Amino acid sequence: MARMNMLQAINHALDTAMAADERVLCFGEDVGVFGGVFRATSNLQQKYGKARCFNTPLVEQGIIGFANGLAAQGSIPVAEIQFADYIFPAFDQIVNESAKYRYRSGNLFNVGGLTIRAPYGGGIAGGHYHSQSPEAYFAHTPGLKVVVPRNAHQAKGLLLGAIRDDNPVVFFEPKRLYRASVGDVPESDYQLPLGEAEVVKEGSDITLVAWGAQIEVVEQAVEMAEKERVSCEVIDLRTILPWDVETVANSVLKTGRLLVSHEAPLTGGFGAEVAATIQARCFLYLESPIARVTGLDTPFPLALEKEYMPDHLKVYEAIKASVEF
Amino acid sequence: MTTPSPEDVHTPMLTDGDEFRIPTYKLLQQDGTLYEGAEAPHLERDKALRMYQAMVFTRVLDERMLAAQRQGRLSFYMQCTGEEAAVIGSAAALDDADVIMAQYREQGALAYRGFTTDEFMNQLFGNELDYGKGRQMPVHYGSTRLNYVTISSPLATQIPQAVGYAYGQKLAGDGHCTITYFGEGAASEGDFHAALNMAAVHKVPVIFLCRNNGYAISTPTIEQFAAEGVAPRAFGYRMHVIRVDGNDILAVYEATRVARRMAVEDNRPVLIEAMTYRLAGHSSSDDPSSYRSKKEEEAWREKDPLLRMQRWLTDKGWWSEDDEKRLQESMRREVLDTMKRAEKRPPPPLESLVTDVYDEVTPALAEQLDQLKAHIRKYPDAYPKSASQVTGGD
Ligand SMILES: Cc1ncc(C[n+]2csc(CCOP(=O)(O)OP(=O)(O)O)c2C)c(N)n1
Ligand SMILES: [Mg+2]
Repeated sequence: MARMNMLQAINHALDTAMAADERVLCFGEDVGVFGGVFRATSNLQQKYGKARCFNTPLVEQGIIGFANGLAAQGSIPVAEIQFADYIFPAFDQIVNESAKYRYRSGNLFNVGGLTIRAPYGGGIAGGHYHSQSPEAYFAHTPGLKVVVPRNAHQAKGLLLGAIRDDNPVVFFEPKRLYRASVGDVPESDYQLPLGEAEVVKEGSDITLVAWGAQIEVVEQAVEMAEKERVSCEVIDLRTILPWDVETVANSVLKTGRLLVSHEAPLTGGFGAEVAATIQARCFLYLESPIARVTGLDTPFPLALEKEYMPDHLKVYEAIKASVEF
Repeated sequence: MTTPSPEDVHTPMLTDGDEFRIPTYKLLQQDGTLYEGAEAPHLERDKALRMYQAMVFTRVLDERMLAAQRQGRLSFYMQCTGEEAAVIGSAAALDDADVIMAQYREQGALAYRGFTTDEFMNQLFGNELDYGKGRQMPVHYGSTRLNYVTISSPLATQIPQAVGYAYGQKLAGDGHCTITYFGEGAASEGDFHAALNMAAVHKVPVIFLCRNNGYAISTPTIEQFAAEGVAPRAFGYRMHVIRVDGNDILAVYEATRVARRMAVEDNRPVLIEAMTYRLAGHSSSDDPSSYRSKKEEEAWREKDPLLRMQRWLTDKGWWSEDDEKRLQESMRREVLDTMKRAEKRPPPPLESLVTDVYDEVTPALAEQLDQLKAHIRKYPDAYPKSASQVTGGD
C-alpha cells in the first residue's frame, strides 16, 4: 500500500498496464514528455519510449480514429482527451465507430482494446468548457462501456479493469478530486470489475445513488441526515453503462426510497434512466417519488457555479423531503 | 482515347511538394530600420501611433493581469505577449466593421478597436457588467460594437464559422470580410481543413490568420506537423497564402491589407501564416520550463515586436522616450484603477443562470430557478454571492 492521490493512482495504473503488456500505448495532446496537462501520464514516455507514449497533433477526431484503427489491429490504445468537454470532435468516431465495430462486422473486427480517458466535472471554476459531465451522451450508445471512479483506489482498479476489458470503454475522471482525493492504493496489479456498483455505506431508510465526484457530496449530505436519524444507504454506480440494476433494485426494495444525484443537467441525465428502471422494478415498494438532485438545465456557468451545483445542502434537503413525504 | 496532356507521365513520379518553398515576408529589422529594398507601407502617424498604443496597452494589461492571477485576485489568465504585432498589425489592416472571430490570445485586436479597460475588466472578473454575464472564463471577450464574436474555448470551431459569416457578407454585398485567428495547433483540427476547403470552393471573403507561435501548450510544432508550417496547406485547397514575420508589424499590416483587398474585391480567401513565438506560458496554469529552454525564450525575447516598432517610430520622429514613459505609466495606472473597480462589483444576478439558454426562459427553467431561490433562502450563508438577492424586500 502507498498513499496516492488520484492522479498518481491513474499514473500507476497506466504504468502497470504498460509494463504488463507491451501492446498498451498511451497518447493524446501533451501526454508525451510533458505528461499531460494534469500529469496523469508523467514519466511514461521516459520509461516506455516515444513509440508507446507520445504527443498527437491537436485533433480529437484523429486521436480516436487512430485509436480505433490501432485497437482493430490488436494493440491496446489508451487515448487521452484533454478535457471531457473536448471529446465532441471525436463523437462520430466513438458513437458510430468504436461502439459499432463489433456489431456491424459480425465480430469479424472489434475495437475491444480501446480505452478513452477524459477528465470531467465542475468545481474548478472552469466555466462552460472545463466543467461538463457528458456521461449521459455516451450512456445512450450501446456497445460502449462508461466508467467513472470516485477516489484514488477505485481509479487504479477500474482503469486497469477498463484497459483489460474487451470492449471500448470511456473512462471519465473526476478532475476536481485529482489531487484532493488521497488514499491507500495497493502498489500491486489489481482490477475492479466493470458493470458492478458498490454499496459504499449500508442503511435502511433511503438509497442514494451517485458516481464519481458526486459520491463525496452525497456522503456530506448523509452525515447531516444521519444526525437526524435518517439511515442512508450509499451506492457508487462506478459503471454507468452497462449499469448494475440488481444492486440498486435490491437496495431500494429494502429502503423504499431512492435519490439519484449527478452534476450533469436534469433533463436526459443518467438519473432519469435509473429512476425509470427502478420505478418499474420496485413500484410497489416505493414510499416516495424517486428524487433527482442534479445540475440545472443550463450550460455550465462560472460566476454562479456554486448556485448551479447539486451540493450537499441540496442533496440533504432532498433526503428530508423524501423521508417526510 | 483521351488525349495525353503535357502533364501526363508514364513512369511513376512522386512529389512531396518540396519544390514549393514559401518565403517569409519581412520589412522591419529588430533595430527599427527597414531591410534593404523594403518599403514601409503607407501609414499615417495617427494610425501608426494607434497601433503602437494598442501594443503597449496589451503588454501592460497582460503583465498586470498575470500578476493579479498570481495574487489570487483573478482565477485565470492568458497572455498575448510576443504576438502583439501579429494580432494588432492584422487588425489594423482591416476596416473596423470587418468581423473578427478569434481564438483567445487576440486581446490586442480588441484593444486596437477600442475595447475599454472597463470592458476588459468586467469580463475578466465576470461581474454584473460583463457582457457575457459571468458565464465564461476570463479572456472570453465579445463585443457587438466592435464586431468581435465572443470567444469559445473549443478550438478551431470559429474557423468554419468565419467562412459562413463571410459568405453571408458576400451575399449581403456590404463590402466587408471576416478574419479568423487561430494557433498552429488548432490548425490540426478537422474544422480548419473543412473551413479552408469551403472557403475556396465557395469563394468567400475570409482571411485565415494562423499565429504560428511554436507551441500548442507543451507540444512543439515539430510534433504538430511534418510540413515546415501551416502555409503549404493552402495549395491543397487552391487558396492564396502568404507567410509573414509575425513580429514585424509593418509586414503583418501590409500582408493583411493585400489579403483583405483580394478577399473583398475578388472574393478570394487568403491564408496568412504569421511566424512568431508565445513568450509567456500557455496560460496562468502553465510553467513552460519543463518543455522548452530559457535559451530559446531569450532568443525570441530579442525579437520583441514592441521594441521593434518603438524604434521605427522613434526613427521617424513620431515617438520619444518621454512619450514611452508617460504612456506606460498612464496605462499601468488605468489598468490598476479599473481592476479595483471591477473586482468590487457584484456578480451577475441569479436570474442570469437561466436566461439566454433559449430566447425565452422556458417553464421548466423558471421552475428550477424558483426552487433554487427557495433553497438559497433556507441557506443564505452557503451562497454569499446571491443570498442578498433572494432575501431582498424587507
Ligand atoms: C477541441 C479542443 N481540444 C483541446 C483543447 C485544449 N487546449 C486549449 S489551448 C490548446 C493549445 C492550442 O494551441 P494553439 O492552437 O497553437 O494556440 P496557442 O495557445 O499557441 O495560441 C489546447 C490543446 C481545446 N480548448 N479545444
Ligand atoms: Mg500555438
